[in-house]
Amino acid sequence: MSEPVKVAIIGSGPAGLSAASRAGQLGLSHILLEKTDHLSDTIFKYQKGKRVLATPERLDLRSDCRFAEGAREYILGNWDEDAANNKVNIAYHADVTEVTGAKGAFAIKTAKGDVYTAENIVLAIGTQGNPNRMRCEGADLPHIIYQVDDPEDFKDKHITVVGSGDAGIENALGVAEEALENTVTILNRSKDFARAKAKNVSDMMEAGENGLMSIRTETQPKKVEPGWLMLETPDGDVKIECDVIVARLGSVAPRGFVESMGIEFTGPDREAFPKLSPTFESTVPGIFVIGALAGYPLIKHCMNQGYDVVEFINGNSGLTPADEKDLAAIFASLPQKKSVSEWLEYLRTRVSIFADVSPLQMREFMLDSKVAFYRKGDVVFEKGEPGSSLFAIADGFAEVEVGPDFTVPIEQGSIFGEVGLISGRKRGATIRAGADGIFVEVSRTAALKLMASVPGAKRAINRISLERQLLQIFKGGLTVEDLGPVVDTAEVERVPAGKVVLTEGEQGDDVYVIRSGSMVVEKDIGGKPIFLRYLPAGSFFGEMGVLSGQPRNATVKAAVGSEVIKLTGESFRKMLAARPQVRAATEAAVAERAQMNSFIESRKATYSSAVDLYSDTASFIMKEGLGEATDALLIDENLCVGCDNCEKACADSHEGLSRLDREAGKTFAHLHVPTSCRHCEHPHCMADCPPNVIHRGPDGEVFMETGCIGCGNCMRNCPYGVIRMEAAPPEKPSLLRWLLTGFGPGPGEPSPKWTKKKLGDEKPKKIAVKCDMCKGISGGPACVRACPTGAAIRVSPEEFLSIARLDEDTD
Amino acid sequence: MASLFQRRRSKATQVERVRERRHEGFLRYAGFRWAKISGGLCLLIIVSYALIDVTPRHNGGSWYGYTLGTIGALLILWLTALGYRKRKMTSDHWSLKAWTSAHVYLGLSLIVVGTWHTGFQLGWNVHTLAWALMMLVILSGLYGVIVYATLPQALSNNREQMTQMQMLEAIRAFDRQLHTAAQPLTPEDTAPVLAALDEDPFAGGIVARLSGRYPNCATSAALRALTLSRSSDAGAREKVVGLLKQKEAALARLRQHLKIRGLLEIWLYVHVPLTFALIAALSAHIISVFFYW
Repeated sequence: MSEPVKVAIIGSGPAGLSAASRAGQLGLSHILLEKTDHLSDTIFKYQKGKRVLATPERLDLRSDCRFAEGAREYILGNWDEDAANNKVNIAYHADVTEVTGAKGAFAIKTAKGDVYTAENIVLAIGTQGNPNRMRCEGADLPHIIYQVDDPEDFKDKHITVVGSGDAGIENALGVAEEALENTVTILNRSKDFARAKAKNVSDMMEAGENGLMSIRTETQPKKVEPGWLMLETPDGDVKIECDVIVARLGSVAPRGFVESMGIEFTGPDREAFPKLSPTFESTVPGIFVIGALAGYPLIKHCMNQGYDVVEFINGNSGLTPADEKDLAAIFASLPQKKSVSEWLEYLRTRVSIFADVSPLQMREFMLDSKVAFYRKGDVVFEKGEPGSSLFAIADGFAEVEVGPDFTVPIEQGSIFGEVGLISGRKRGATIRAGADGIFVEVSRTAALKLMASVPGAKRAINRISLERQLLQIFKGGLTVEDLGPVVDTAEVERVPAGKVVLTEGEQGDDVYVIRSGSMVVEKDIGGKPIFLRYLPAGSFFGEMGVLSGQPRNATVKAAVGSEVIKLTGESFRKMLAARPQVRAATEAAVAERAQMNSFIESRKATYSSAVDLYSDTASFIMKEGLGEATDALLIDENLCVGCDNCEKACADSHEGLSRLDREAGKTFAHLHVPTSCRHCEHPHCMADCPPNVIHRGPDGEVFMETGCIGCGNCMRNCPYGVIRMEAAPPEKPSLLRWLLTGFGPGPGEPSPKWTKKKLGDEKPKKIAVKCDMCKGISGGPACVRACPTGAAIRVSPEEFLSIARLDEDTD
Repeated sequence: MASLFQRRRSKATQVERVRERRHEGFLRYAGFRWAKISGGLCLLIIVSYALIDVTPRHNGGSWYGYTLGTIGALLILWLTALGYRKRKMTSDHWSLKAWTSAHVYLGLSLIVVGTWHTGFQLGWNVHTLAWALMMLVILSGLYGVIVYATLPQALSNNREQMTQMQMLEAIRAFDRQLHTAAQPLTPEDTAPVLAALDEDPFAGGIVARLSGRYPNCATSAALRALTLSRSSDAGAREKVVGLLKQKEAALARLRQHLKIRGLLEIWLYVHVPLTFALIAALSAHIISVFFYW
């Protein structure tokens, strides 16, 4: 057992290193425990030469280590120097396996059997976890690697990839590139590839069919030898040549390890974080959590926290966080003058959803939020505007314009704007300030984080949103009190894509409201399901059953993964009985729908093939995932001559890179869905963007502002493969010069060869590139404008599938 | 429909302006707007030609002839500008479909404008050369309109959701499999297979490309040779024959794809150079007319 230290820091990433450096500068006895033989393993494993960005720009760096945007080697080199200069005590190969004891005397055991004693622990282990190791004979040989940094490092090798999750498949596809001339084998223990994304599996199968790799299912490694690998297959043991083994067997998330120390998390969800005090102390006194594990994935945050946490441990309670200046700026415009912590406390006590939020979380939410003072009558947002932020009323009250000359107040402490937050759709009503007051606008990401980490906030937001959604739908004379019983019995149900919610012919009187996602309505006509309509989020269905008591007259199923709110028929009927206006409005909606149903039925009788085509086209569009699209590019292949002018126009309207692939994608009845962004209701790409630069713009477009760090999360998260990681090519010569002299690349994306020649040795940073619907270009989407034959159009699914289409087709 | 969120906005935004509910081809654009305009123009010319009495007779040098000539020359220049418009991605609102529509119908109207401009006086001179070139340009354009209207469907049907790259990749994949499968064959059987492997799917020249006929196709030759051969092990040969059949089908798809694309593009190699020849002849025609005024 070694000398007891004041603080042991586990993990030598940006957060841990910065903490250890501060301890070194302060002269605190400390030890930095790193499981590998180098600092900052996550960044160490980046691709060679990868640029590391220093976002957020407005945040100042407060650390004894240097950090500015630069190549991976430059940053790691700096940190090695800084660690030495700051006299950091580092223990390499110290893989912590167990922590026992309490504040003042923690015992930290490592895999090698060493035990370190420390008064305090700073946990800075990030979120990557430890990769699962191979377990067969010879599993400790050095040619087994657990990560492929750069596929180009492997040329003309026999490579076996073990594990067929997404990571394994992506690595195998990377090294199987034809130019690298590797012989690649991928092993899967079971028969199918259930753990991987469908796109990856199909890419792999295609590579297998093309002879680029061999795929062995129900196969496991049995024995590893230099140059060879023994496999256990269903047909007995097989020995194959193998120079490199890439083991991608998943990893153990650090959560289990963290919980084993007794640290509590904010909830059971995957997004939950350890509960922390304002000084980063966890629920176990003496253990502090910082960095990505604490929910801060950006390097600068991590480094600042490393500095701060050691200052706190050293007894510096007067330290103001590095973000103090930024928070002060956020509150600067308010009429009253208060200090930052007073403002935070003011908001926390006055807004109900902030009640359970810790001061530390409060600081973070506010950094992503805005606070503004509104005069009575000021418009906060207009109906129909896009927007996904959440508003909270800290002072005064808001007025919702429900109908002409009819407003509903929202009291102080409550929230509004939650519909946009949950469904991703446009604002449902205009909101004005009812009196002079202060409103907080929380960004969508911050609000989602709040809901994930504070269960109380989530419940409050869900209930309010449900009430509001119902008030919106059944407008006119309905009050929150009327809705009480309906909301109390309501349940939120998740419906996976394709699942049937209502079945035609069945008895039932529950009413459903689509909270997010979308549904399709089908009716069995002549033994074939016929598409009747598309229901976007915010619609309701099932009301015919309540009013008529008849069996369901159509089948409703989810077009994409959706959430519906189920209201019981009984409570709904009571509400209708209490409010005749609402009953009348509902009956009107029912009549309209019934009329449309009978219209389609009548057409089916006379124009059967047209109705079938309409229905099949609708099914195809839904199958292609357009049910979650808000605006998609559709090409009519009866008109498309394949000139690719759409792609060229796209490239020339942006930084020389096309955001669409015309030829790729599925086709049905000459209707082609090319690979291009659909601007989903709930964009998958937005889900995990560390610098938070993907937003929804005023026309509903999902776009990327500058600040992409090139991590590729969005590209991986997009199920439609429409995001590219690419560096902008250099400026092309002018069009006239090309037309007159023929030199240089013409319209469209320049060839990689030209770009390479032009750039020489320079390797610009690859960042995510996606369609922004030609945001800011007054003429609108270039792909459509540049189509010479009218083959390319942009549509929203409900407009494209409107009844008018069928009407025209059959007339 | 009961919906919370109205997608349609009262005020058309930039995106809304180009958003349509359904596809409408360039020929039908805006309810045949340009067909009507150019048809009207032709009718006006034909009627006025008959009504207006020019002495001694209609010819290019009368005031009426000059008017038609000016209209025609300006039209030709404007029609040529489509090539620039198509490639210049300015940010203002324009639709290439509308331009194409106007290009087609106004281009067709040139038949009347140009011919009536001559007063039907044709001869062996630079003036008639300009007229003839113009007619050839229009004729090649007419071919373009016809293939644009008829071939895209065939292109779509043939490719069956495959991209050109995928078609090439499929052929390469069969080549790799053939390479392995042909190992056990005898040398005399291997030779035609090797020839098939060496075959460049793009070889064959313009005639083969446009006709889709490749009489010297090494894959077909190998297939014929191996079906008749009795020299190698039957099982191995059968496997190679199967692969050759698949490769032949993949080649046929690619060749059909290239053929249709070729037919969709080839006319531009006539249409565009002839347009420049026309502009040259037109310049000569105009200069000579003014020179001999």
